[in-house]
Formats: sequence, C-alpha cells, structure tokens
Amino acid sequence: MADVKVEAKDFNLFYGDFQALKHINFKAEEHTITAFIGPSGCGKSTLLRSFNRMNDLIDGVRTTGTTLVNGISVYDKAVNVDELRKQVGMVFQKPNPFPKSIFENVAYGLRVNGVRDKHLIEERVVTSIQQAALWDEVKDKLKKSANALSGGQQQRLCIARALAIEPSVILMDEPASALDPISTAKIEELIYELKQRYTIIIVTHNMQQAARVSDYTAFFYLGELIEHDETKTIFTNPKSLQTQNYITGRFG
Amino acid sequence: MSKRNFRLSKRSSQWLAFSLFRLVSFSIVGVLFVILGFIIVRGASAISWEFLTGMPKNGMTEGGIFPAIVGTLCLVAGSIVFAFPIGVLSGIYMNEYLKENWFKKTIRSMTNNLAGVPSIVFGLFGMALFVHSLDFGDSILAGSLTLGLMVLPIIIRTTEEALKSVDDSLRLASYALGATKLQTIRKVVLPIAYPNILTGLILSVSRVSGETAPILFTVAAYFLPRLPNSIFDQVMALPYHLYVLTTSGTNIEASRPMAYGTALVLIIIVLLVNLLANAVRKYFTNKLS
Repeated sequence: MADVKVEAKDFNLFYGDFQALKHINFKAEEHTITAFIGPSGCGKSTLLRSFNRMNDLIDGVRTTGTTLVNGISVYDKAVNVDELRKQVGMVFQKPNPFPKSIFENVAYGLRVNGVRDKHLIEERVVTSIQQAALWDEVKDKLKKSANALSGGQQQRLCIARALAIEPSVILMDEPASALDPISTAKIEELIYELKQRYTIIIVTHNMQQAARVSDYTAFFYLGELIEHDETKTIFTNPKSLQTQNYITGRFG
Repeated sequence: MSKRNFRLSKRSSQWLAFSLFRLVSFSIVGVLFVILGFIIVRGASAISWEFLTGMPKNGMTEGGIFPAIVGTLCLVAGSIVFAFPIGVLSGIYMNEYLKENWFKKTIRSMTNNLAGVPSIVFGLFGMALFVHSLDFGDSILAGSLTLGLMVLPIIIRTTEEALKSVDDSLRLASYALGATKLQTIRKVVLPIAYPNILTGLILSVSRVSGETAPILFTVAAYFLPRLPNSIFDQVMALPYHLYVLTTSGTNIEASRPMAYGTALVLIIIVLLVNLLANAVRKYFTNKLS
C-alpha cells in the first residue's frame, strides 16, 4: 500500500454548539486525487480546512479526534501552524491573487518562509508557473500586476503560488466554480497533471468534474462521511442510497 | 388609471428626484466657490513676496506672515509625527488583533467620543497637561501634542476602515502559504490599505493646520517676529494670526487686507498638502493595480 498522506481519525468539529463534522475517518494516499462531494453545508469544506487549520481563524471552533498530514497530527499543540501550512498548499474558490506583480505573487510564499536567495526564488517562480501551465501566457509580463490576468489565469497563478513552497498536499476548495468552461477545462487538466507530484483533495459541486478528475470520491451528508470509494465505484455502483440520490441529482 | 399614465408619473417623479439631487449638489459646490472666490478676490492683492517671506511690521498692518507660515508647518509636522504612528498602530491593533467584544466596543466608542470633543477642550487639556504639568511651557511641543491628540481619533478610525476594506480572502491566501499574522499584515494588508490610510493623514493635516482653539493656550504667539529655534519655542500660527488680525490687532481696519491674505495662504497650504497626499495616494494605488 502506498503512503498515506492525509488522514482523519474519528474527527469531530463544532462551530459553537453546532457539530459540523461527525466522527470522520478518512485516508488519502500519495499521488491520488480525492474529490469531496455533497450538498452545501455538509461539511466537506470544513474538513478540507481542517487539514491546514484554516478553521483556526473562525471564532468558536472546537475539535476532537485528529487529522494528520504526512503522519503529523495537525491539531497537536506542538505543531507550528505556519510550518504545517507550508506543507499543505491551498487553492480557494474565488481566485485571490495579491495585488502585486505576477512574479511577486508566486515568490510571496518563499519570501515569507525566509528564502532570500534571488536565484533560487527566480528558479522556483519559473518552475511553479510552468507546472501551473501558465508560463506561455505570462512569461513576457512577470512584472505586470496579477490583477490584469483573466479569472482562469488568476486561478492558475494561485495554483502556481501554492506550488512554489513545494507542499506535498494540495487542498482545492471548488477551484473552478467561479470560472468559465474553457478555464475550467484547463484547471482540470492541470489538476490531473499535478497528481504525479502531489496528493490532491478537491471540493466540488460539479459531479462531472469529480468523475473526470478524481481517483477517489468521498460523499458527505450532514457532517458525516457517507461513502468513500474509488470514483468509478461511487459513480457506477454506490453502496448508499443517499449517495446514489445525490449523484443522480435527486437532492442537494 | 391607465397604464400609460402610471408610467408618466413614474418618469416625472424620477425627473423630480434627479433635479432635486442635482440642485442640492450644485448649491453645495456653489457655496464653496463663493467662499473661495471671496477670499481670493480680497486676499490676492495682499499676497506678495514680502508678504510670504517677511516679518509682520508696523502693528501687523504691514510686512509679512512668514513666522506664522513656518509656525503652522512646524505644528503640522509635529502633530503628525506624534499622531500618525500611534494612530496607525492602534488602528491595526483594533482591526487585525482585537476580536469583536466589549473591550473593542469600548475602545471604539471612546475613540468616537474623542473625535466629538470640542477642540477648545483639547486646548484646555493640552494647557493643563503639556504646558503646566509636564512643564513644556507654551511651545511647539505642547501645541503639537495637543493637536496630535485631537486628530488621533481620525487617524485611528480611517486606518481601521482602510484595513477593514481589505478582502479577507487575501489574508487567508497569505496564511495558507505559511505566513504569520505579522507578515500578512506587513506584506499584504498594509500595502493595500496605504492609500486609504493616507486619506486619514490628509484629513488630519487639514484639521491641524486650520484649528485655532487647541493652540490658543498651548503654543500660539500673538506677535513674535522671529523663527523658532527649538521645539520649546512659541510660534505664530496662521489660524491664530488670522484671528488676531481680524479681532484684536492694533488697527483692525488697516490689517484687514493682511487678514484676507493670511486666509488665502492658509487655504493654499491646505490645498497643496491635499494635492500632495492625493498624488502619493495615486502612486500607491497605481502600484497595486
């Protein structure tokens, strides 16, 4: 069996009194893509953000159980959150490049993590933009503002920005939901490429997208992980009736 | 009522509303131009090289207002040096660190109250604390601190608002890349907020250069035809000089043109500072987009 990169063990999360995640047990292996699907409010984004502790920023969040990334318990008191987030890249729903130049956007993660070597920064910026399949479109305007790019390009820039700090896991929260179909196709292609080097978890509301890009699919409903299996199985032969109803569009 | 009639009345009420809005806007601009025009017409004749660079002479009916210009610039600089860092740092603390709780609400309502305190009260307070208790005497230091206190709430509030308008998703993006909170504030949030923070600075400079009451008992000299040597010197200042020329000079009629000239210079200084700050603001905004 391949290395387990991302894991949740009997993980519960509460927003105040509301339990958003219930006894989640989950594993994702190295170099796989897992899609999180389920109706809005089912907890899939919450679980995603529990792997890099972005939930810490919300008031009144409480957790029990553990999530692990690279075998390290994410919520352990000894864990340095900034170090953890270096290992876990994140791409958000709406493209959110910094109002800086294209180059500086990608270099940002390196700079804040103490990389000073100019050549190294330059090299990593170029490779990351290449990996994000954006190089040909921006190579002549690296000094231009990222805001001048189209939405799809901005999202690929955000992916490049996440790749620059060489994470091992990439979390994507509906990365293509704010994009047009052509940009979406490019992002999906890119995600598929990235699988070679990274472990990817992607939250999506788009069933076709989940079916197209992912190896595994996890279906969430009301804070519970209902079913987690190979994407093929989930979409052709789901065990749970709820899963079947959801993917066939009968609710959600 | 027929459909057509209904439509017409909708359109005419629309027209009426727009006309009203337009009228009100134009009359505000109109008033501003009347004031400006009045002062320019009356004051322009007084302005000369001697007026700008000379000392007041002959019971302030002749000569210039140079010491008052220098005094006002000193006070603006002094108060900003004091209030800007403190105000901006408080604003950052308020918006980036403090959670929405009673403590923050208390600070905020105190800040708002402070902004509403009449400037003469600041003057009295400054006199009691800086001039007497701390024994700075009537001095640039005491005046600057008093003016600084007065504009502190403006700077805190505009800083807070400027930071609040920075999209949260950018903060999240920064955290997700392993940046600490301080790095996020310094490298992402502040650069975006600078232009709006500068707005607070502009407002403060305008207030500081125009206020008379806070400097009345803390720094302003009735007649002092020389330049200050240190921050413990008294100075003349434009707004107070204007007040003196208009109400308590030795020969009010004779010093009237000097008064209009002083008013014009004061307005021009405020205008120039605003233009400068706007240029800086534009520079930062362009750098971002």
